[in-house]
Amino acid sequence: MSRGNLITLSAVVLLLILFPVLVANVEAISHYLDVMVFVGIFSLITMGLSLLMGYAGQISLGHAAFFGLGAYTSGILCVKVAVSPWLAMVGGTLVTAVVAYGVGVPSLKLKGHYLAMATLGFGVIVNIVFNEEVELTGGPSGLSNIPGLKLFGLPLRGELLFYILVWSMVLLVLIFCLNVIHSRVGRALRSIHDSEVAADAMGVETARYKVMIFVLSAVLASLAGSLYAHYVGFLSPSSFNLLFSIRLVMMVVVGGMHSLWGALLGTWLLTFLGNEWLHVFKDFDILVYGAILLFVVMALPEGLVSVVPRLSHMWRRGRESEGGTGGT
Amino acid sequence: MEPRQHQPSELLHVDSLEKSFGGIRALQGLTFGVPAGAIKAVIGPNGAGKTTLFNLVTGILLPTGGIISLNGETISGRRPQEIARLGVSRTFQNVLLFGRMTVLENVMVGRHTRSQASVLSAGLRLPWMRREELRIRAWAMEHLEFVGLADRFQERAGNLPLGEQKLLEVARALATEPKILLLDEPAGGLNTRETERLAELIRRIRGQGITVVLVEHDMNLVMDVSDDIVVISFGQKIAEGKPREIKRHPAVIEAYLGEEGDYANGAGQRV
Repeated sequence: MSRGNLITLSAVVLLLILFPVLVANVEAISHYLDVMVFVGIFSLITMGLSLLMGYAGQISLGHAAFFGLGAYTSGILCVKVAVSPWLAMVGGTLVTAVVAYGVGVPSLKLKGHYLAMATLGFGVIVNIVFNEEVELTGGPSGLSNIPGLKLFGLPLRGELLFYILVWSMVLLVLIFCLNVIHSRVGRALRSIHDSEVAADAMGVETARYKVMIFVLSAVLASLAGSLYAHYVGFLSPSSFNLLFSIRLVMMVVVGGMHSLWGALLGTWLLTFLGNEWLHVFKDFDILVYGAILLFVVMALPEGLVSVVPRLSHMWRRGRESEGGTGGT
Repeated sequence: MEPRQHQPSELLHVDSLEKSFGGIRALQGLTFGVPAGAIKAVIGPNGAGKTTLFNLVTGILLPTGGIISLNGETISGRRPQEIARLGVSRTFQNVLLFGRMTVLENVMVGRHTRSQASVLSAGLRLPWMRREELRIRAWAMEHLEFVGLADRFQERAGNLPLGEQKLLEVARALATEPKILLLDEPAGGLNTRETERLAELIRRIRGQGITVVLVEHDMNLVMDVSDDIVVISFGQKIAEGKPREIKRHPAVIEAYLGEEGDYANGAGQRV
């Protein structure tokens, strides 16, 4: 791992450790731990999306559906079949992997943005199934009484334990993805994004890699869905609709899609904005939300993370010119 | 010129190659061979079908008719990835680098078909994957040195000046360990000094045992480095032979050389 990534990772880990301490001592933000669990769950999805969008150059508008597939497979297996939650989670990822492969292969063989269209349609269909298969999913009134998770016989009750579980998974997935980016596979992906013709000529199996990363990102979304099901204990189809797919894409874009750190930053910001901070605007919250998105996309098309290198560049230049005047 | 038969010493053989785009016939019955270890130039006026030929050989386009074979094995109809793995590599007329990646990473992509790491082994950084990564890196550095770009290895490829971008494309193509290298107008946009260095580089590439096919407009370079020249015009072969013969060939002078001046004296230059 590069030095920059290592420093950022250490800083993030430190913040994650300090956060529960801070929250426990400040009454006004005591419920922030709960919001951070959701940030963690969504981050699992957006990191996969970031690989797909920023590195393989494809857009998916159906990741809420993969998130839902994981959640409902976990929920249904636990509630109706009484399978153990961890096993149900694995079941969810398998189902999602197969479905994602089926959706991905035909649309990724074509060059261009056919994946966006295919996943858009796919997401709508899956949402209809969640609503209509009342026997299985509970339909619009939802699926409830999903059991919590247990680790080594210890039930993961309360926000703190779930916070630790979810963010440990986020960090593991983050390290895994960073490793992938800086490897033969990551170079192949980035080469496809820069010039597909040249990547072909270098022998990169472009279609195969795009399908692979699409399936990987769907599996991560499914994993997030299972965690969500066991954390919330209740599922309703509206949590997995097209709007949420678009929100996930926005998180990646706002943070900066050419960076996994950007995905994390965007997920954190938009989740806190949407779930917490914009409530002060009452009915106008969606307007403010839209204005913020518009501002970021117009002023910082490379995302929020693009500010960091710019700032450090300015800082370095400032120091150099100071050193220059001091020397003469 | 009498028709050539496929000879065992020929590395690349193109037989009655046809390519139509809608009603336009870009290539019509093109037949020629490239002997192993040779430097062969393909010349012809703009739109003669030279780049189409390269796109057919590398599998980016599928021929409408005819056969392309490498070492006697048919490669036409195969996917570009397979053809690359069999030992055909190329550069592009309009320079297609991976602009957001570093110079070194670009050449490392060239090593793709000769390495194995999968998502899982890369994500977990397994020991054998790390060793392979070091080998890829060392190999790529060697090839950057070969073209003289070793000191630029950390630069973003898109930031290099055109001359160096062209060299980088050559290094990336060489990293695939090709049997045959197709260079599409490597001298386009280069100044005289850079072109001289390019000629020397092409000879060194041949010195490594790699066969070179060169599409080029710079006649000084073509006459200087190639063993053999094939001339095409409107998708058809109009002449083939040694540089000396081509310079005097009446059909060539009429179709191509005549239009831009006195190439017959060897003084021709691309404006």
